[in-house]
Amino acid sequence: MAEKIKFGFLLAGGCAGCEMALVDMSEKLLDALGHLDVVFWAPTVADVKYKDLEAMEDGYIDLAFVDGMIRNTENEHTVKVLRQKSKTLVAFGACASLGGIAALGDCHSQEELFSQAYKDTFSTDNPDGIYPQPECTWEGKYDLTLPAFTNRVSTIDQLVEVDYFVGGCPPHHDFIAQLVQAIVSGNLPAKGSWLTSGKAVCDICKRNPADHDQKRLPIGEVFRTVDGRPDEDKCLLQQGYICFGPVTQGDCGASCLNVNIPCRGCGGPIPGVRDYGARCVSTITSSLKDDETAEEFVKKFNDMAKFCYRYSYSAGILNQKLTPGK
Amino acid sequence: MSFNPNIVGFACQWCTYAGADLAGNLRCKYPPTIKLIKVPCSGSVEPEYILESLARGADGVLVGGCHYGDCHYKDGNYKTSRRMTVLKKMIEDAGFDPRRFRLEWISGAEGKRFAEVVEEFTRELQELGPNPVKEDA
Repeated sequence: MAEKIKFGFLLAGGCAGCEMALVDMSEKLLDALGHLDVVFWAPTVADVKYKDLEAMEDGYIDLAFVDGMIRNTENEHTVKVLRQKSKTLVAFGACASLGGIAALGDCHSQEELFSQAYKDTFSTDNPDGIYPQPECTWEGKYDLTLPAFTNRVSTIDQLVEVDYFVGGCPPHHDFIAQLVQAIVSGNLPAKGSWLTSGKAVCDICKRNPADHDQKRLPIGEVFRTVDGRPDEDKCLLQQGYICFGPVTQGDCGASCLNVNIPCRGCGGPIPGVRDYGARCVSTITSSLKDDETAEEFVKKFNDMAKFCYRYSYSAGILNQKLTPGK
Repeated sequence: MSFNPNIVGFACQWCTYAGADLAGNLRCKYPPTIKLIKVPCSGSVEPEYILESLARGADGVLVGGCHYGDCHYKDGNYKTSRRMTVLKKMIEDAGFDPRRFRLEWISGAEGKRFAEVVEEFTRELQELGPNPVKEDA
């Protein structure tokens, strides 16, 4: 048997959901672990410190996954170090590849975010309005530091070179199993590509009208998910529930659609799409019936940027150039 | 005026581009701020093109198509109209001034109208000032 693959896993600014998804592979993970030698898995699973990572030789790790976005200086630093130490780096999940939910914070100023998190919430007791500081001196003699908040949320590839991308919030475990299989067998596509099937959610979705010999019709009325309960068998988009299935990669097996929830695009854009939100606008609005429906759509969804870029705000063409909160 | 805006124009080949041609034939005067790109139909202008133009530092983007009912492909311009309504809202919600983006229906017979639109848009952009994302473009 070939030598084991040295494997690293870093949680940057994420929620650890991607780690959970990896653990959800259950027996398949055990099979895979036979081929993997986990040398770094921080800060969640293995007890390896950042300094141990820094002490490794360059290119020591064969394969590293990063999940989570770059939100502070600690993420910046560790991702850069990990890039140096790894032969292959995979941006794992929607946050790492596209920015994820946290990137929507860029629609607000830092002041707004901090006052929401540390002052205004119902359960927060902070009458002096104390915010975390990157540096402070305690009792006049101890210099304490915290990672500093970055101006913007960045995806991994905006900071370092990334070899492969995987979408999903989190990636579906069946899909990760195939992925790990592909990596272990060394069956990999060209660098810079997404390790996905390249099919849209609609291709996988059981409700696709094309599979039932039905024609796609223009949408005359737009609904939000709170407006009612969609028919469980019919295409959600055809019923007027806005669904991003046509432009999203369907490696999830259309999981949300299976439970009557419209796709919101965590799988990442289908191949050939440069800007996810813009392509959503393009695809969804051209299926609307007339200008009045478009107006209704705009009225019903009061923040179109957050809606269309729910998982991909950082990866947008224009968004990285805007000042947060303006 | 000191500031000369840089406008990227996407013009449908059947109407607005012909209109721009006619503006030339009629010797209409308008500021040399617009750089026209001929497209088969305004419906072929992906929102991505507009975002890309703005991100690369264009001060304004003009999309020109046929009047309702005149589209060479029957309903291309209707789709453009719906797309641009939503795109405008999206740009605005993302924190970008939607006035930098303009949609106009100009037919092949409206050379004068084309010149007027460019003049008016240039004036508006001069008031708005340069595109804020320009310096790091």
